[in-house]
Amino acid sequence: MMEGAPAQASSVHRVRVVLPYHLRNLARVGSEIELEIAGTVTVRTVVDAVEARYPMLEGTIRDHVTKERRPFLRFFACQEDLSHDSPDAELPGEVAEGKEPLLIVGAIAGG
Amino acid sequence: MSSVRVLAGTKKGAFILSSDGKRDKWEVSGPHFGGWEIYHVKGSPVNPDRIYASQTSGWFGQVMQRSNDGGKTWETVGNKYTYDGVPGTHQWYDGTPHPWEFKRVWHLEPSLTDAETVYAGVEDAALFESTDGGTSWTELSGLRKHDSGPHWQPGAGGMCLHTIVLDPTNKERMYIAISAAGAFRSDDRGETWKPINKGLVSDLMPNPTGEVGHCVHRIAIHPSRPDTLFMQKHWHVMRSDNAGDQWEKVSGNLPTDFGFCIDVHAHEPETIYVVPIQSDSLHFPIDGALQVYRSRTGGNEWEALTKGLPQKDCYVNVLRDAMAVDRMDECGIYFGTTGGQVYCSPDGGDTWNAIRHDLPPVLSVEVQTLP
Repeated sequence: MMEGAPAQASSVHRVRVVLPYHLRNLARVGSEIELEIAGTVTVRTVVDAVEARYPMLEGTIRDHVTKERRPFLRFFACQEDLSHDSPDAELPGEVAEGKEPLLIVGAIAGG
Repeated sequence: MSSVRVLAGTKKGAFILSSDGKRDKWEVSGPHFGGWEIYHVKGSPVNPDRIYASQTSGWFGQVMQRSNDGGKTWETVGNKYTYDGVPGTHQWYDGTPHPWEFKRVWHLEPSLTDAETVYAGVEDAALFESTDGGTSWTELSGLRKHDSGPHWQPGAGGMCLHTIVLDPTNKERMYIAISAAGAFRSDDRGETWKPINKGLVSDLMPNPTGEVGHCVHRIAIHPSRPDTLFMQKHWHVMRSDNAGDQWEKVSGNLPTDFGFCIDVHAHEPETIYVVPIQSDSLHFPIDGALQVYRSRTGGNEWEALTKGLPQKDCYVNVLRDAMAVDRMDECGIYFGTTGGQVYCSPDGGDTWNAIRHDLPPVLSVEVQTLP
């Protein structure tokens, strides 16, 4: 849990998520989507909600079975790289409150 | 038959090229799925408007697309390819055990009798089947669980199952090929498999005539002679007249018998086509001259087909899934290059036209002959 983050467990949150270009096209959405998350806002609960709303994205952000983040994707929020945090760590309060989006970013890789 | 539709998968999207029976003017749509690697696009022989496309990316993994209107619109379908049971290991490049890991779908083979059934050949090598139009996939695991499976080793492009051939006269029989395990046949709809590599010789293998380990690049058949198989191996062009039980070399007078693609004329079961590539070190045509070779004798005697193809300064490759034939009265031959050209010969190979150039590198070409 982030230091100073508010307790989230009992609330319903409207969370903003920014998807990378190719996943926007796949899901046929704009640059930002908004999702309702009941309970604690974590990478896992956010991605669960993304996949529930947009099933065509299953397997594109994390592995179908192991649920591990795909290696060339990163999770950013509030100017921090949260990619290596536990997927069950509480996201910053600003994300839970909808003030800041969770950014799902395709790594700049390749030539 | 009045028109053709060419389905080209490229490194940056899919393109659909359509023409009437003359095949001299083409309409092009695409890129579909721009920016994604499209390993293969193939239509159902039962319902040509049903098309499947394998869409993949190093960032986002595997996506499967399906069209019900001949490629005008697409919908995503199932992309979950889970190996049956505990997958175990195959050999890595250095000979150490390496766990089976799904990477991508290389080849899609729609059923000859049911538009909802389609087979997928994947890396790491395995065969999957869908009977609900690609929504869900089940491994036909008898192949991967063959006794030789733990000894299979990847080729330079990965350990991919890249060829699936369905016998049009026998629903029980199918063939597959894996780089670099070799060719296999099933006579019970994919339940059990037998290696069919007798007669193949791969000189740099510890056992050059081993039961498995051969780098088969592509197998093609003519529907009227399903027991006759033609193979482009890494080196050597081969044929079998007994469903793969025994192979013989038919490279004959080819200037080099390294290459990737091979196909059979739609109406002449002994007329076959290859694109010789200088070597496995160079991966481009000899002397920069792009030449298709045709044999009208089922191999051994070959003629160069050059009219309309670049004969100097051409350093492209033609990949294993990038050649196809149509079924028009005068059979059209098609191939795509890693330089982004798609060529068509509307006269069985005598003359060639670039129906598109400057596409991304072409990974696969299929053609549908439409009523």
